[in-house]
Order: sequence, then C-alpha cells, then structure tokens
Amino acid sequence: MTDVLNSLILLLVAAIAYGTPLLFGTLGEILTEKSGNLNLGVEGIMFMGGAIGLGGMFYFEKLTGITSYPLAVLIALLAAFLAGALASLIFSFLTITLRTSQNVTGLALAIFGTGVGQFAGEMMRIRVGGYVSLSLELTNALPASPFPQALQDIPYIGKLLFGNSIFFYLGILAAVLMHLFLKKTRKGLYLRAVGENPSTADSAGISVTRYKYLATVVGGGLSAIGGVVYIITTAGCTWNNEGLSGVGWLAVALVIFCLWRPLSALWGSVLFGALMILYMRLQLPFIPTELYKILPYVVTVIVLILSSLRNNKEKQPPEGLGLAYFREDR
Amino acid sequence: MGIGPYGYSYNERMVYLEYAIELRGITKRFGPVVANDGIDLGLARGEILALLGENGSGKTTLMNMLAGIYLPDEGRILADGRPISIRSPRDAYAHGIGMIHQHYKLVDVFTAAENIVLGMEGEKKLDIKKANARVREICERYGFDIDPEKKVYDMSVSEKQTVEIVKVLYRSAEILILDEPTAVLTPQETDRLFAILRKMREDNKAIVIITHKLNEVMAISDKVAVLRKGKYIGTVNTAETDPHALTDMMVGRSVTLNIDRPLNPDRAERLRVSGLTVFDHEHVKKLDGVGFTALGGEILGVAGIAGSGQKELLEAIAGLCPVARGSITYLPPEGGADELVGRTPMQIRKKGVSLAFIPEDRLGMGLVGSMGMTGNMMLRSWRRGSGPFVKRKQPRDLANKVLNDLEVVTPGIEFPVRKLSGGNVQKVLVGREIASSPSVLMTAYAVRGLDINTSYTIYNLMTEQKMKGTAVIFVGEDLDVLLELCDRILVLCGGKVSGVVDARTATKEEIGLLMTSVGGKEGA
Repeated sequence: MTDVLNSLILLLVAAIAYGTPLLFGTLGEILTEKSGNLNLGVEGIMFMGGAIGLGGMFYFEKLTGITSYPLAVLIALLAAFLAGALASLIFSFLTITLRTSQNVTGLALAIFGTGVGQFAGEMMRIRVGGYVSLSLELTNALPASPFPQALQDIPYIGKLLFGNSIFFYLGILAAVLMHLFLKKTRKGLYLRAVGENPSTADSAGISVTRYKYLATVVGGGLSAIGGVVYIITTAGCTWNNEGLSGVGWLAVALVIFCLWRPLSALWGSVLFGALMILYMRLQLPFIPTELYKILPYVVTVIVLILSSLRNNKEKQPPEGLGLAYFREDR
Repeated sequence: MGIGPYGYSYNERMVYLEYAIELRGITKRFGPVVANDGIDLGLARGEILALLGENGSGKTTLMNMLAGIYLPDEGRILADGRPISIRSPRDAYAHGIGMIHQHYKLVDVFTAAENIVLGMEGEKKLDIKKANARVREICERYGFDIDPEKKVYDMSVSEKQTVEIVKVLYRSAEILILDEPTAVLTPQETDRLFAILRKMREDNKAIVIITHKLNEVMAISDKVAVLRKGKYIGTVNTAETDPHALTDMMVGRSVTLNIDRPLNPDRAERLRVSGLTVFDHEHVKKLDGVGFTALGGEILGVAGIAGSGQKELLEAIAGLCPVARGSITYLPPEGGADELVGRTPMQIRKKGVSLAFIPEDRLGMGLVGSMGMTGNMMLRSWRRGSGPFVKRKQPRDLANKVLNDLEVVTPGIEFPVRKLSGGNVQKVLVGREIASSPSVLMTAYAVRGLDINTSYTIYNLMTEQKMKGTAVIFVGEDLDVLLELCDRILVLCGGKVSGVVDARTATKEEIGLLMTSVGGKEGA
C-alpha cells in the first residue's frame, strides 16, 4: 500500500516538474487569447525563451563569476520574458496593426522562433565548445525545492507540497493573479470585452489596439518563461535542440482543455505533465510509447467535443478569437 | 408643413435655451455619395422627436455623427448654444449624448451590469455589487424590468434593448437617440418601451427615435423631422399632422425617369407562391403567409422597407433558406407544375429559376472577387463539363459576350472582378445570370450604388428579359424606379404582403403607405 502511494506521489512530483513549463506556456496563451488574439507561435516563443533564458544565466555566470541562485532565477525569468515579449510584439504588429491572418502569422512565428532558439542554442554550444551548462551548483539548485529540507520530509505531503521547484510556486502565483485580474478588476473586464466583442469594446471607449498589444506581449513573455523552465527543470540546464519540441503545441492544446481559465490550468498542466511522462512510468506490453505521447491531444479532442456538445456559452472560446478587428468593417 | 427651424423668425437666444443639441448645416459624404446634405435640426429637452425617412434617407448617418461614430464633413454641432466637436463615443457621452444602435453592442457572456459599466472610468477594482445596485436604482426609477446579474445570452431581444437603454442612462445621458427601437419588438414590448420613453420625457430628457413606422410616430412623438434622400425636408408638430401628410413629406413628388416600359402581350403564370412562412436563425418570423404569382413577360417589383422580408423571399424561392410553411410552385413554359419547396438550390437552378442576388457587398454572394470574368462564368457552368479537367473555352466565350453586350469596362476577361468598379461588377453578375436564359430571374438591389447610365443599362436588360418571356422579380429600393420599370409591384411590410398594385396606375404615396402599414390599416 505504501509502495503504491509512494510511487503515486513520485509520479505526481514528476508530473508537476513536466507540467510547470506547460503551466507558463498555457497561462501566457490564455492571456493572449482573452484579448482575441490566437497566437499559434507558442512553440517558437518557448524555444526562444528556453535558449535565451539559458544563455542569459550562462553568460551572466561566466562573465561575472557570480553563482547566485536568486540572481539566476531572476535572470532566467527576465531574459525569457523579454525574448517572448519581443517575438509577440512582432506577432502583434503583424496581426493587430497590419491585420494579417493570425493563423498564418502564428505558424510563421512558431517556425521562426524554433529556428531562432535552435540557432542561439547551437551557437552558444559551438562557442563554448562542448555544451552549454551552468555551474554544478546552479544545475542542482535551480530545479530543487526552495523550501527547507524539514518541510519536504513531512511524510507523503511534504514532497508533494514543498518538494517542487520555485517555478511551480511562481506559476501558481501567476495563475491566481491572472484569475483575479480577469475576474475582479476593471481592466480585466475590459480585456475580456475586447476578446469577446471588439466592436462593442471600441464603442464603449476601450482602446482595442492597446489591450490587444499589451495582453499579447505580456502573454508571449509568460509563455517564453515556460521555455526556460523546461530547460531548468527537465533538461538539466543544458541546451538540446530537440528537447523543447512539442511543448508549445501542448500548451496551445491545454488552453482549450482548461477552457481559457487560469485556475483550471493549474491542475490541467499537472495532468498533461503526467500524460507526457506516463510512458516512462507505466509500460504496458505491445503498446508503443508513441501512443502514450498522443494522450494529451486525445484528451483535448475529447474535451473539445464535450464542450461543443454541451453548447454551454460559458465554456466557449472568446467570441472574437482569431479575428482581426477593423473599426470601419461595420 | 415643410418649415424648418430656420423657417421661423426667431430670437437667437431663445433658440439656444430651447435646444439641448442643435445641428447646423451638417453634411456627410461617403465617397461620391452625399448621405446628409446641409441638415439643420434641433433637439429640445422634455420632447420626443421622431426622425422619419425612407431607407437611405440618412437618418442613421445623421445621428451617428451625434454619437461619435462619424465626423461631419461640414457644419456645426451646438450643445446649449456652444459649438462642440464629437470625435468618439466617449466624447458623445461626455456631452450627455447616448445612442442605442439597431445592432446592440453587448458582450454575450457578460452580465447586464458588466455590460453597462464597460469602458467607464473608475477604481481599479471592479465593484460589481455597487454597479448592480446602481442599475437596480435606475430600473426602479424608470420602470425597467431587468436583473443586473443576468447574462446577456439568456436575454430576450427586448431585455437586451433595455440593457442598452440603461447603459446610456447609467452614463447620465440627457440626450437619448434610439435607432429603430421597435423593429425587433412585439407590440406589447413596444408599448412598454413607449411608456418608458414618456417617463424619460417627464424627466426632461431630449429623445430622438429614428423610425419609418408612421403609426409609432403618431403615437409617441411630439415633433417629427423628415429626411428624404439625405436632405432635410422639415419639422412638424405631431399634433398638427397626419400620416398622409407625413408620407408626402417622406416620399416626395414623383420624379419622371423615362424608363422604357413596353407591354409584353404574352404573359403566363410562371411562379405561384402561397402561404409562404419563413423563420430566420433566431426563430424570428421573417415571412408570414406570403402569397403572389409572378408572370412570365412581366417585371414584378418588390417594394418594402429594408428587412421586410425581401431577402428571405428571394432566398426561399432559390432554395437557399428553409421554408417553414407554404408552397412555391414553378410552372415551366412547356407546361406542368413543379413544387420548389424542398428542392436543393442546384435542382431549382436547373429548372431555370435564377437568382442574381446583389447583397450589400456585391462580391459577397455570387462572385469570387479574386477571379476574372472567365472564372466567375465557370462558377455556373462547371457542372456541364465532363472529366477531371475544366474546359475554359465556353466560359471564356461567354465572358467575352458579356463584356461586349453589356460594355463591361475591364482591362481583360482575366482581370480580377474585385478590382472592377461597382457597376461593372453588377454587369458581370447580371450578365452571367441572364446568359443561362432563365425563365424566372430574380434580382435584389441590382442598381444599388450605380450611376444613372449604368442603372439604365440594367433596366434595359431587365426589360429585354421580360420581352423574351422571362418572369423578372425585381427587388428595389427606389420607388420612382419601381413605378416606372415594373408592371406590377408587390409591397411587403413586416414579412406580410400589404398589397399588390399596378405600377402603371399606382402612386408613390399609395405604395409609401402600404410599405409602412399592412393594408393601410395601421398608419392611416
């Protein structure tokens, strides 16, 4: 009995580690989509966030010689956020100002960002000769829990509640803040109005362009943090060209899965994290691992079918999602 | 009658005190089209002004300039005698002007109160309880019946309208403009709305209702301002006028157009419609027991205020919209009778019932903008070919024929039709429909936005078809054109047939009255 419970806890802890990058990717995309922008470039944004976040930490440590856990966390978050924000700024300019198709632009950004991330990562690797890696101290500290060992040693719940990386707790904070922003503040209401019905928002005197830009840029930055979190928590703080592939797409699927709700993203990302690693933990004979890997997508499809069958107005995507707004289109 | 605010000799200061908002010489152009031509109008507090006019007379455009949607090209707007400029809806609210548009601007997944506070300045934290309380307070004061916490998607049309009105009152508007507020309401809901409007009048607010329903004008307004084709005709006191006088002001004198109208002696019944009832997506009845016959060798005009069911009528005949009740019988020239209800558009088209539907955006239905004339011709003929490859020769010949016969101005038949001028696009569309030599040809707004000469080309094409024995159904907006082009005119009002008149003897006033009231009962 204890064995089952223990392995379940271990699975959950691992699921959280794999789910944390998804959590950031999804939260960012929820914010973006709440403004009516469908940014399919999350995959590229996360690649950029991963490579540039890692690069930031690596060069900071190398150039200054300072090995500091809090500074490294801060630099990782900041560098990744800026990279993602910049990529989303390009996306915003194209789709909001120039009103290009969001689907096409998003796909282009996914390809572009993946390329930029791989290029930056690879360049760093060649320059260093070998592979990019942080000091052993940081590599061990970053994915570890920020809480004292005593807390983690509480039977069963200690590991689960206090044994995760700092990024998971930051992710929870971000999700709660985003929930409060969207539901309880005036600006949040206006942002949702922009995503639902931009012409109504416009005629109410809300600047549709400003809200869309801000939400998309901040959302892209958040998604990009997911990239660097992935590198830190699951890739051992080294760059690997293929490591991040598919995570961004999963984040896009997860947005649909959790019906555009930041709080649902919390358990949704852990569930998706579990589905991602299930093949390592639960091997069934004759079932190839590839089948396991499609599980998150299968679940998303089922959720999509169920939510459209129920035809519940509250569980639909923002009505203006994916559509460019042009005031004179009346 | 026909005297504007400037027809009276007046003391300027008195006018300043009298009018909350005054428009002076307002002109608005959209490209070459003059939507409003030097209009003067005054809105007084404690008064309900009805702004009356046919479709396209510029009522909504004029009011949109007060609401901050459009900017006037010329003229001034005065608020309590001081010139103001209204550049956005926000500016309009700042001056106490609120407009309730015909298409409600509401977010479906928000509650009433959330919609009402949208865009307002205020504290960062959204105090929805406070907003709910204020909404309830306003509702109590004016006798509205809405729950501030109800979601918009659960609301009826009338409730949505109430939310829009409360939204305006919440912003402490003193001047309310309602654009065709009764168009979507039931008679009971209309009565309730009018009671509310009267209450607001007692509250010393200035109210404008844009309408073309004469009975409502008589019922609710204190004064009536009439626009016709973008021009201001005059303002009269409702108590001193009657629907006939207002119709005269609204439609004006007949203009002679000299459209050639030969009589085709060979007329035969081609289409028999009876009891046709159609509902739209929102289960609103769009056609209600419509019955008529269309004869081969005649042009049957269809008149009516926009949205009276013209579009649904044509689409029902073409098989594009589902028929709830009634029958549409097609009587081919070679004899026999065919029921069209339940057939697919393709089957109906094959029988020779052709629809050249020209919607508001000409390229929306019927043509593919980025393809040339040849490609667009092929959209009708591709079924004729066999094998996997398209044959371009026939459609190319047809395109050339349309090009020459109708004098389409284009750099070439492969030139994207999107880039042609409106008139030429129309010619391509009508030319293609005619080329299939249909026995029933339906057109809607075939001359919308066209210049005079091109319009005449289209009229002549219709007449040519009629002389060949085709039954032409011509949905039009301009009564002068309908009276001179058609043989008979079917008048629709609120989805019902309010009359069929002989276009050779009918008068514009007669049709005008039929358009605004079923059987002349309501308005007259």
